[in-house]
Amino acid sequence: MSWPDGDPPKMPERYRGLPVIDSSKCPDACRKCADACPTDAISFNDSLKLDLGRCLFCTDCIDACPEGAIEYTQDFRQAVRTREDLVLDSRAFRLAEALDEKSRKLFGRSLQLRQVSTGGCNGCEADINVLGTIGFDLGRFGIHFVASPRHADGLIVTGPLTSNMKLALRKAYAAVPTPKIVIAVGACAISGGPFVDHPEQNNGIGQALPIDLYIPGCPPHPMTILDGLLRMLGRLETKK
Amino acid sequence: MTQIAQPLTTTNSSPVPLPDVPVHSFAMFADQLCEQLRNNSSGLSALFGVPRPDRSLRLYAVTNHASAAKLAIFATDVEARYPSLTLRVPQAHWFEREIAEQWGVVPEGHPWLKPIRFHRSYSEGRDAWGRSADDEILPSVQPAGTDYFKVRGDEIHEVAVGPIHAGVIEPGHFRFQCHGENVFSLEIELGFQHRGIERQLIGGPNKRTLHYMETLSGDASIAHSAAYCQLLEGLAGVEAPLRAQAIRCIAMELERLANHTGDLGALAQDVGFLPTASFCGRLRGDWLNASALLCGNRFGRSLVRPGGVRFNLDDGMIADLQSRVEVAFRDLAGAANLLWSTPTVTARFEDCGTVTRSMADEIGLVGMAARACDIDRDARRDFPFSMYRFHQIPVSTWHTGDVFGRAYVRWLEIQRSVRFIQDQLRVLPKTATQCEIPPLQPDSLIVSLTEGWRGEICHVAITDSDGRFADYKVIDPSFHNWIGLSMALRNQEISDFPVNNKSFNLSYCGHDL
Repeated sequence: MSWPDGDPPKMPERYRGLPVIDSSKCPDACRKCADACPTDAISFNDSLKLDLGRCLFCTDCIDACPEGAIEYTQDFRQAVRTREDLVLDSRAFRLAEALDEKSRKLFGRSLQLRQVSTGGCNGCEADINVLGTIGFDLGRFGIHFVASPRHADGLIVTGPLTSNMKLALRKAYAAVPTPKIVIAVGACAISGGPFVDHPEQNNGIGQALPIDLYIPGCPPHPMTILDGLLRMLGRLETKK
Repeated sequence: MTQIAQPLTTTNSSPVPLPDVPVHSFAMFADQLCEQLRNNSSGLSALFGVPRPDRSLRLYAVTNHASAAKLAIFATDVEARYPSLTLRVPQAHWFEREIAEQWGVVPEGHPWLKPIRFHRSYSEGRDAWGRSADDEILPSVQPAGTDYFKVRGDEIHEVAVGPIHAGVIEPGHFRFQCHGENVFSLEIELGFQHRGIERQLIGGPNKRTLHYMETLSGDASIAHSAAYCQLLEGLAGVEAPLRAQAIRCIAMELERLANHTGDLGALAQDVGFLPTASFCGRLRGDWLNASALLCGNRFGRSLVRPGGVRFNLDDGMIADLQSRVEVAFRDLAGAANLLWSTPTVTARFEDCGTVTRSMADEIGLVGMAARACDIDRDARRDFPFSMYRFHQIPVSTWHTGDVFGRAYVRWLEIQRSVRFIQDQLRVLPKTATQCEIPPLQPDSLIVSLTEGWRGEICHVAITDSDGRFADYKVIDPSFHNWIGLSMALRNQEISDFPVNNKSFNLSYCGHDL
């Protein structure tokens, strides 16, 4: 794949990328979308808001809305740096900024990540793994998944953080040398995803670890993950 | 032998009135279970407990009978303890551990009674291991009753792996008892992915139910959500329109193709054969992208819906899919056939991790792993559902029971799946793709089977007087098959663990739920 130097691969016609909200189409706030949403990602405090951290990118809200106020675009770029930036309204979506200069100097050309799976469905793991195949060839960016947290610069975590994985995640994080970064991949790791509020999990890893990069989706497309990683490392700034 | 009453029989996805399920004395229940499983074309699809108001536990057994396309259902009531069924029916072993963990009921004499998911008992004040409410319950942390199997002796050593593994995979803990490089015993401890799905299904269906089905095991989203939808349709007394059934089955075969292709590549990788590993890594993506063409998501999310499918196929898409399938299969044939003609590969696959036919029968192996032991069973043929009722897929078996067998059955199945998809795309029925779901039949029990890429997926639901789920059981094929991996590893070199593990490629999350 020639991206990021050339064009990104074309997404399938029905691909559900970054959603957009058109508040002008939601004059009476009928709440049908919010009632249909399986993870209560949609709220109506002053205006219609969609929390991408909870969003499963399913079709339930768009099927429920009589006005077409929510639409999916073909845009695979969805990664952000703060939890608040995942909350989508009519304003422009703020994509992840690059790490500060010192961190970029440390990680920008060589980033070694230890993946930890803490629940979830193995979908995120599958599409992280894909980045290692010849099409994506993550290694060309100097990014690798390593076997030991002691060899890692950070963790890339999936899953809602089950009670049964809490201790293991804590130990893995402690074993990564400082400075270290944490990347949350998928709705589960960010909010609990479909399992939000189950007593057996912790609504994501946010309470346990400081998160540097949020990559939403259920699961995120490999391009979304790759875009997020490169964006965080400041390797897309001069390009797209 | 005493006279055994007839069990209640039904077929795949046909509900039965709950009061019609015979409730036997325990002795008769145990005899019935043995009798039903005497024939090795039968298997135990489900064995689970439902609490009763008087604190007894009703055990339901669902046995499947491939030769007659029938499912038998029978029940019994037990108190805090009962004689373990595993002693007579080995394939009940994991089910009994689940029942003990969930309801605090002890199967006395069970050969290895340990928790399987590590959560508190759902039955207040009743714990099968006598743990108190203050005891911490975590896998690998050794609370009471969870010691590992140990081999003792000179030069015996123990290897502990996980929960976090070296690759990008799910968590689980493996304990090997080794003598040098030789593995005497492998104990597999799971539960790290336990997120409490089954308990949340009670009271449903609701707006989250379908999404739970799609995330029971993310690489089998289609097979699980199809099992759920055909269960709902059975309870509602409707059938999805034929075109929807065809699209579901096309998606289910694409799911099989993606996973089988990925596994062939991973098996090649584990024996250091890079050509096939590299090709299959890309080709797996081609199958996933074909699913995304169908519904916008590589894992088939939002495609299968109660009453049909969310996305139709137009003529342009059919043509696109046809050419993609043809091209991907042509490339895959080249990559896969390299495996069978390369002696350095076959030398590593053959006689590695053999599960004998009799062992496979005894432990109740299902799916592709069972078919690699010459067990001629496949729910698509034996308990036909959806489009497989009209377009049969021949069952692929192999007789060696080793890594080679498990790899080769995948290749045979890939060829059948491609053929099926091509046939379906040529004759896609011209019906609607959705129908309404009327209220669900109250006070009923229904069993829904599909054949996911790993094997038999079984969902069982019991409805209350309002037609809501009073109980919902999910049995992923991994639930049956994890013990198969343990058996395969006996007397193997520990360095062959990765290739054996990959040859089963079981689901942690599908087991842990």
